[in-house]
Amino acid sequence: MDILKIFLYLLVYPGLLFLFVYSTFVEWVDRKLYAKFQNRMGPMHTGSHGILQPIADFVKLMAKEDIVPAEADAKMFNAVPALALASVLTAGLLLPVWHFSSAVQSATSFQGDIIVLAYLLSLPTFAYFLAGWASASMYAAIGGVRVLTLLFAYEVPMFLAILSPAVMAGSWRMAEIAAYYQANPWHLLINVFGFVVAVICLQAKLERVPFDIPHAETEVVGGAFTEYSGRKLAMFRLLADIQMVVGAGMIAALFLGGFPGGLIPGFLWFVVKTLAIVFILAAMRSVTARIRIDQMVSFSWKWLAPLALLQLVIVIFLKGYLQ
Amino acid sequence: MSTFILPVGPQHPALKEPTSFRFMVDGETVVDADLRLGYNHRGIEKGCEERTYIQDLYMLERVCGICSNVHMTVFAQGVEKLMGIEPPKRGLFIRCLMGELERVHSHLLWLGVAGHEVGFDTFFMYTWRDREIVEDILEMISGNRVNYGMQTFGGVRRDLDEMQIKKALEGIAALKARTPYYLNIGATEPTLVARIAGVGKLPKEKALELNAAGPTTRASGVDFDVRKDDPYAGFGEHIPFNIVTDEGGDVLARVVVRAKELMESYNICEFILKNLPAGEIRVKAPRKVPEGEVVSRAEAQRGECIHYIRSNGSDKPDRVKVRAPTLANWPATLYMLRGGYVADIPIVMAAIDPCLSCTDRMAVISDVRKGTEQVMDWEGLRRYGIEFHRKRGIKL
Repeated sequence: MDILKIFLYLLVYPGLLFLFVYSTFVEWVDRKLYAKFQNRMGPMHTGSHGILQPIADFVKLMAKEDIVPAEADAKMFNAVPALALASVLTAGLLLPVWHFSSAVQSATSFQGDIIVLAYLLSLPTFAYFLAGWASASMYAAIGGVRVLTLLFAYEVPMFLAILSPAVMAGSWRMAEIAAYYQANPWHLLINVFGFVVAVICLQAKLERVPFDIPHAETEVVGGAFTEYSGRKLAMFRLLADIQMVVGAGMIAALFLGGFPGGLIPGFLWFVVKTLAIVFILAAMRSVTARIRIDQMVSFSWKWLAPLALLQLVIVIFLKGYLQ
Repeated sequence: MSTFILPVGPQHPALKEPTSFRFMVDGETVVDADLRLGYNHRGIEKGCEERTYIQDLYMLERVCGICSNVHMTVFAQGVEKLMGIEPPKRGLFIRCLMGELERVHSHLLWLGVAGHEVGFDTFFMYTWRDREIVEDILEMISGNRVNYGMQTFGGVRRDLDEMQIKKALEGIAALKARTPYYLNIGATEPTLVARIAGVGKLPKEKALELNAAGPTTRASGVDFDVRKDDPYAGFGEHIPFNIVTDEGGDVLARVVVRAKELMESYNICEFILKNLPAGEIRVKAPRKVPEGEVVSRAEAQRGECIHYIRSNGSDKPDRVKVRAPTLANWPATLYMLRGGYVADIPIVMAAIDPCLSCTDRMAVISDVRKGTEQVMDWEGLRRYGIEFHRKRGIKL
């Protein structure tokens, strides 16, 4: 029975199937919001108001011809999408929404799971770089280098930002951090700067406008994905959606008080809070132009990193004062 | 990373028309830029020699989709000069009106494309939504959204009635209300300004030296506009307007110049619609054109458009030469691209509003030092074409 339970856990809920369905729903919400901001309709035809469009896109891409360039490093080229998808799916299991008690530690909720989650969310970035490198294409190579440059820009502020709520709560376990803020809701206000930095960094991690520098279509065609097609491209697209869900879930768990109330209310909180963050992300991408990579690096080291440090200092002092 | 060559075009998402740039790239910096033209030979100039003047009018309209009316106007003007006929005032005013409406649709289109090139798709969606207003006006007047077929020798082909004037004025008023918002976004939105301010610098003296044209030069502070400096149609004494210039010389200045030119064009359109003289719209033109040659020019939305027409006294021209404004802007573009970032290539290129098919001809590279210059006749050209395709495995 236990094995069956584990399989259900991995494949159905909250594993592969649930993350797939929910991430396509989130992509639909994102596309609809983006369209509304731009005075458009967005997808309309597949399903009610186009709700099945992301799934249709996925299925279509899966059916397309899968090409491996002759010059490419075939082994790496083939392995990278699956590896990256696996890492974000694993990250999805760690969100504190599927375990209902912060008292019990388990394989997916333990001291330090926040670090593991952040690490698993960073793995796709390296996968993108390797994908670009293995493609043996000029555009993919430039895209791959830009992916890494971008990583150096946002990764440190992101880690500093997610550190603050953990320091405040005095725990490295997301379930405990969320429980701390559920007990002291007004402490959430302390982390406002950290929240702003984390959301901006998440946008950069997801490589969306204004940070879609690595795959800016008018500059480097498809960036690291230039040579990808068919199944592997579908995997990359799906992984970006799941990354958005998991990233939004992480920020919601750390900065918005998590998902209290057990199975059903906790799940509803999860939907509401992730969609709220997706709303911010969609609005951000509607009102900005793509910045240049050098501007991004200087922006994150001039503004994001100091802001995240300031947040950390505030948290440390307030923690001392409150105790 | 050492320097390597980054090809942009002839097929590239930033460049939907066939021309090829080769960039020597050092990391993210462009060290040198080189241009290869000649991917698209359409044989329009040669085709003009085979057809009568009235057929050429419609042939030349199809040189460009965006500035179709300008090419028609320039050719009609030139042939009218050869024929020695003068269109009536109402016809000239409607000619101006079409030119300005076309400028409005082109500049709105360009603003959107500029936004898209730097990833600001919302800007693109908004300007293109409003572009529909002017497209509707053009369709109402001429029956078409792209190739209007309005100009003819001796005037224009369609008149405006009261209802059309009223509707056009309503549309122009709506656009006039919206455009300051775009100017404001283009000049103040932080991420957009960060991408376009100080990018693609073209100083005034370089703009003059490299003989750039249109809004590109006006954004470098050169006060030149054919509508003012060599007035044609109803411009000059009849229609008041200002030349928009900016001292910036960068892409931001080009956005500002184009947005302000939109406002000027609205004013011109309103003036024409409110002060349309009564009378005929055209005079009868002869079929045959007296012997002679003429250079005709007009201010297209992208810059000065020039046609050279030589007539041999028959009903077909002896030679027609088209110089589209994009050709004049290439040397300046290469200058602007050097020393910039790879990320800035699309926006700098888009900033001249290039139209490649209009300007492209088959190019034969000849070695000047060895003196291997060659002239191809029709038969030679045909043989070269067959050989060219056969070498690439295409059976003809």
